[in-house]
Amino acid sequence: MTTATLPPDVVSDAPPGGRLHWAIADAVTVTWRNLISYTRIPDAIFFSSVQPIMFVLLFRYVFGGAISVPGVPYVDYLMAGIFVQTVMFGAVSTSVGLSEDLQKGLIERFRALPMARSAVLAGRTTADVVRNVGVVIIITIVGYAVGFRILTNVFEFIAALLLILFFAYALSWGFAIIGLTASNSETAQLMAFPILFPLTFASSAFVPVTTMPGWLQAFAKNQPVSQVIDASRQLMLGGKSPLWSTSNIYWALAWTVGLLVVLAPLAVRKYRRTG
Amino acid sequence: MADSVAVEAHDLVKVFAKGNVRALDGVSLEVARGTVLGLLGPNGAGKTTAVRILSTILPPDSGHAAVFGHDVVKEADTVRRLIGLAGQYATVDENLTGRENIKMVGRLTHISRKEVARRADALLAQFELTDAANRTLKTYSGGMRRRLDLAAALVGQPPVLFLDEPTTGLDPQSRQDLWMVIEKLVKGGTTVLLTTQYLEEADRLADQIVVVDHGKVIAQGTSAELKADLGTTVISVNLADAEGATLAAELLVGITAKAPVLEGSTIELTVEEGPRVAAEVLRTLDQHQVTVAGLTLREPSLDDVFLSLTGHRAEIDDVGGDEESPPSASERKKAR
Ligand SMILES: Nc1ncnc2c1ncn2[C@@H]1O[C@H](COP(=O)(O)OP(=O)(O)OP(=O)(O)O)[C@@H](O)[C@H]1O
Ligand SMILES: [Mg+2]
Repeated sequence: MTTATLPPDVVSDAPPGGRLHWAIADAVTVTWRNLISYTRIPDAIFFSSVQPIMFVLLFRYVFGGAISVPGVPYVDYLMAGIFVQTVMFGAVSTSVGLSEDLQKGLIERFRALPMARSAVLAGRTTADVVRNVGVVIIITIVGYAVGFRILTNVFEFIAALLLILFFAYALSWGFAIIGLTASNSETAQLMAFPILFPLTFASSAFVPVTTMPGWLQAFAKNQPVSQVIDASRQLMLGGKSPLWSTSNIYWALAWTVGLLVVLAPLAVRKYRRTG
Repeated sequence: MADSVAVEAHDLVKVFAKGNVRALDGVSLEVARGTVLGLLGPNGAGKTTAVRILSTILPPDSGHAAVFGHDVVKEADTVRRLIGLAGQYATVDENLTGRENIKMVGRLTHISRKEVARRADALLAQFELTDAANRTLKTYSGGMRRRLDLAAALVGQPPVLFLDEPTTGLDPQSRQDLWMVIEKLVKGGTTVLLTTQYLEEADRLADQIVVVDHGKVIAQGTSAELKADLGTTVISVNLADAEGATLAAELLVGITAKAPVLEGSTIELTVEEGPRVAAEVLRTLDQHQVTVAGLTLREPSLDDVFLSLTGHRAEIDDVGGDEESPPSASERKKAR
């Protein structure tokens, strides 16, 4: 063979910019791509916001009358639960999205590109945070429409929302693992619900845990979802009720950081091994 | 000259624990810089597995491979900057437009925003997708997806291209066009490794052909060399019916070194001295009062090579048609 007409080494050097620069740039590209994907399915956006609205109406007007909470009107109690429940159910989209990318061979294409390995997961979880920002804004509006009022101040309310978003972000790494494990997106969805249901309903989201039987109460009171919800109540409503306190905020932060520290590396490991 | 080797593989072995399949069982190959290597083989031969290893997606169990001397496992990042890949199934994002898909791949290849935009326009025009550039992939036909997938593989202007069955699912016109695109790239110095089920494609594009079956290389050489190994002439005898053909095949055993190949009411013999053997064939059949409907002499095609090597014809089942039949979920899963 006599074809050595090209320079002996055609290696294109790594483009300027350090590893971190490209890790961030690639994550931004993948985030951009995921966000565009969301906007291309407007009916999915519409119906995913209908669901939390239904829950607000259901608990505010159907069940709410039968539930009494010491210290605050039920609608004020309810909203923190709705916020957390909605971002948690939304995290399923992390599983479904990743699972679809795997199924469609998109991840395979990514693996043959010189992009940062971390970008697929970072881009997915970041896009979900951005989407959740939209979600909490919608719910705030809906909440106001049905009579919810902030009893502290705007800053503490925003702190509560940030805590909720942070919690959802930590969880989405866990849901990423499901997405990478499931054989297809339908299975991913089915796998997510048995985790979501006990966590959201056996919690302080809709009813005070004191109404539950003792064995359930122990779980419901201490599990992370209740901690985050009660912490949000402390921030949104202040110390108006004996059901929550400032210590919930510390527990919520501890749980969230703990979950993130455990779940993110596990997801990255799972991603490296998938394929 | 080691310098002229763009892609090399030595003794690649890959066993899939699931199903205990030896997908690759010691495959070695070399692609010279600026040439096209055609990887030919029946379904399940291991072509896709080989491409996935060479493109750093899958590590081999043993053996090693390199692109321009860079190991595909140890220097995967360097290799990824040198290659473009269009997998067997178009891997595109359904919710993005054609242009957005190309941009995404371009940005992830670390090309500047401005340059990506410029190249995207040129590629869309080259693959006749300009009119569809701003439509989401959901609205694309199978052939359009395929073309977009290839366009995306080219955005990094890689010196080495891996194309896994690039023309499967394309109509004859698009196939011709794509062949021309590939020829132009090769003229510009690009090295190409392509897998194909179409012998015509390998014949037309490939400088070197490697035939694999059951994870092993069973033949290699130029298309002319492979044909020459087989014999110079194919004698094809048509008989009135399959029964007659069976009888005739029995009568003809012994006339040639290789056994006659029977297919329906046709018998094929691959021989060195065409006219002499043809005369003998006619004489023998005439003596036994077997009626011959027709007899032709021709040069062997790659199809004949394939048949004699693997014992079955290359599947050419889904020629034409714009729709690529999407693989089932289980196949997708397998293809990972
Ligand atoms: N991820 C996987 N898990 C288990 N088996 C696999 C996997 N990928 C491939 N195989 C098996 O390895 C063998 C080779 O597959 P491969 O996809 O490389 O064949 P191919 O030559 O590309 O076939 P085709 O022409 O159908 O595309 C097949 O028997 C296939 O079933
Ligand atoms: Mg294949």
